[in-house]
Amino acid sequence: MSKKLVEVQNLKQYFHAGGSLFKPKYVKAVDDVSLFINKGETLGLVGESGCGKTTLGRTILRLYEPTAGKIIYDGVDITKVNMLPYRRKMQIVFQDPYASLDPRMTVGDIVGEAIDIHKLASSKQDRRDRIIKMLEHVGLNSEHANRYPHEFSGGQRQRIGIARALAVNPEFIVCDEPISALDVSIQAQVVNMFEDLQSELNLTYLFIAHDLSVVKHISHRIGVMYLGKLVELAESNELIFHSAHPYTRSLISAIPIADPKTARKSKRIVLEGDVPSPLNPPSGCRFRTRCPYATELCASQEPELREISSGHYAACHHLDKVPNN
Amino acid sequence: MSELLLNIQNERLSFFTPAGEVKALNDVTIQMKEGDVLGIVGESGSGKSVTAYSIMQLLPHTGRVVGGTIEFNGHKINEMSEKEMQAIRGNEVSIIFQDPMTSLNPVYTIGNQIREVIMLHTKKNRKEANERAIELLTLVGINEPAKRLKQYPHELSGGMRQRVMIAIALACEPKLLIADEPTTALDVTIQAQILELMMELKDKIGMSIIMITHDLGIVANMCQKIAVMYAGKIVEYGTVDDIFYNPQHEYTKGLLRSIPKLNDTEHKKLVPIEGTPVDLLNPPKGCPFAPRCNSCMKICLNKMPEYTEVNEGHISACWLLQKKEFEQGGK
Repeated sequence: MSKKLVEVQNLKQYFHAGGSLFKPKYVKAVDDVSLFINKGETLGLVGESGCGKTTLGRTILRLYEPTAGKIIYDGVDITKVNMLPYRRKMQIVFQDPYASLDPRMTVGDIVGEAIDIHKLASSKQDRRDRIIKMLEHVGLNSEHANRYPHEFSGGQRQRIGIARALAVNPEFIVCDEPISALDVSIQAQVVNMFEDLQSELNLTYLFIAHDLSVVKHISHRIGVMYLGKLVELAESNELIFHSAHPYTRSLISAIPIADPKTARKSKRIVLEGDVPSPLNPPSGCRFRTRCPYATELCASQEPELREISSGHYAACHHLDKVPNN
Repeated sequence: MSELLLNIQNERLSFFTPAGEVKALNDVTIQMKEGDVLGIVGESGSGKSVTAYSIMQLLPHTGRVVGGTIEFNGHKINEMSEKEMQAIRGNEVSIIFQDPMTSLNPVYTIGNQIREVIMLHTKKNRKEANERAIELLTLVGINEPAKRLKQYPHELSGGMRQRVMIAIALACEPKLLIADEPTTALDVTIQAQILELMMELKDKIGMSIIMITHDLGIVANMCQKIAVMYAGKIVEYGTVDDIFYNPQHEYTKGLLRSIPKLNDTEHKKLVPIEGTPVDLLNPPKGCPFAPRCNSCMKICLNKMPEYTEVNEGHISACWLLQKKEFEQGGK
């Protein structure tokens, strides 16, 4: 469990966003993020839209070239190497099952494409067997291989997306909001499938979602992002029950709890305002414009992510002011 | 019965499509008093939005009410002409749509869109309407309202746009506000702001709310009564506590089991509802949930169950309850 499979160090991903030639403007989508994921572990990543969680996931796979920083996979620095051999080991499941499957390809070909690229099949028969095995893994069957994506429901399409990721026997999968587009009763089916596949195939996940209750359910550890920064990282239960950062606090309290009695008792911390534009983030601590504890120190100095208890990291100047819960 | 604000009796509604008749609503009965907050939960395609649209008479032309009556605030909605309806819509009953990004007109300013409603339903002139618009924007918590009135929708964030939608919906102090998944497209922190705002305004103006959502957390926090819909039918109806602590229908139970709970310390496996929602083009003969139900009996596949009253105001349509009642009555 304790072997690091994926590690990023001071990863930065800036997108060019206009400005003049000599004074270009950048969106700092991911800014100086360091984290690691152990083998066989699920790391959850939560945050509001625009906080950079998807960009971080994609940059780890080098679908975007990082602006600065290092990506280390299984002890090897892969920031600059040819990715082809690593593409087989690192896969992704996308958010929208309606947009991420080519409508003109059969399901068999969608799943088989990666097998062809990596030349994993020794014969036509072997290719077909592999495809069927993958479809069966995700709860579909062999006759589905000849059909087209439009014939499937959202939940089934997401299963096809997962089968495609699994086809090359990967070790690490980035799950980018894989269940947000699904109905409640179908979400549980897909979440369970992710868990079963993990224990069966010893997979490592980076699970990105905005729904904290789902992330908490599936992850061993959770990272919270705000405007391109990692603000808190801890083991799941620790993060939910003993969160330290004021942003995490408000994020947790904003979630409507599906239990009327608790809901009547609990008092929400409602954050004022919207997330500031990442083009022009606040100086110092980026959360200070919405933070109830902000002081002058927060405006001038950026808080560092530091370990507050074993394995629990938070970036805030005023952790002592945040009341215990 | 005059105290009922909304009284929908046995509404049946179908869409007539080239592929055949889609029975979107089957015998839906909803009654609401003034000041009630009703939550309607269900999956996509369960008919929760259609119910709301039929109160507003905002159905596409293929959709027709084929049976039942809708009475709202003394008006017989399904017998009214479009012209009569226009006098009510946006005035006595208004709606907030799911997607704030597309429900505002991009080529008109915010002010223009708010004034339109006010000037249509009241005798106010442009200047008075403008004052009212500023008042409304302040009410929904938008700062610098006078400046915002001159802006276009694209200049505002999602949460702001949804506030503008709420301002438009509240312009004439409606008796009933229908919120069709008002926060699905928004982040949780913004969602909390919007829900808080809606509840605050409800007390201030004294309106009733129908909250349509698939998020059980939202109904647990906001509503007094809940209607659980499946395949165009209300399968269970009761108070929040009835539904959450004493669910009777197998679908409601399944729904509650399938969501992860944030405050669980141990890792429990989720219990999903197997299978996929029904195809309303070819609905099953019996209970629509029967093909996915773990306790399905022979009769479930053939005949639709009647409602059983579990306790006062808590009803559910399931053969298991009928069976239980019969056994108890037999003894």
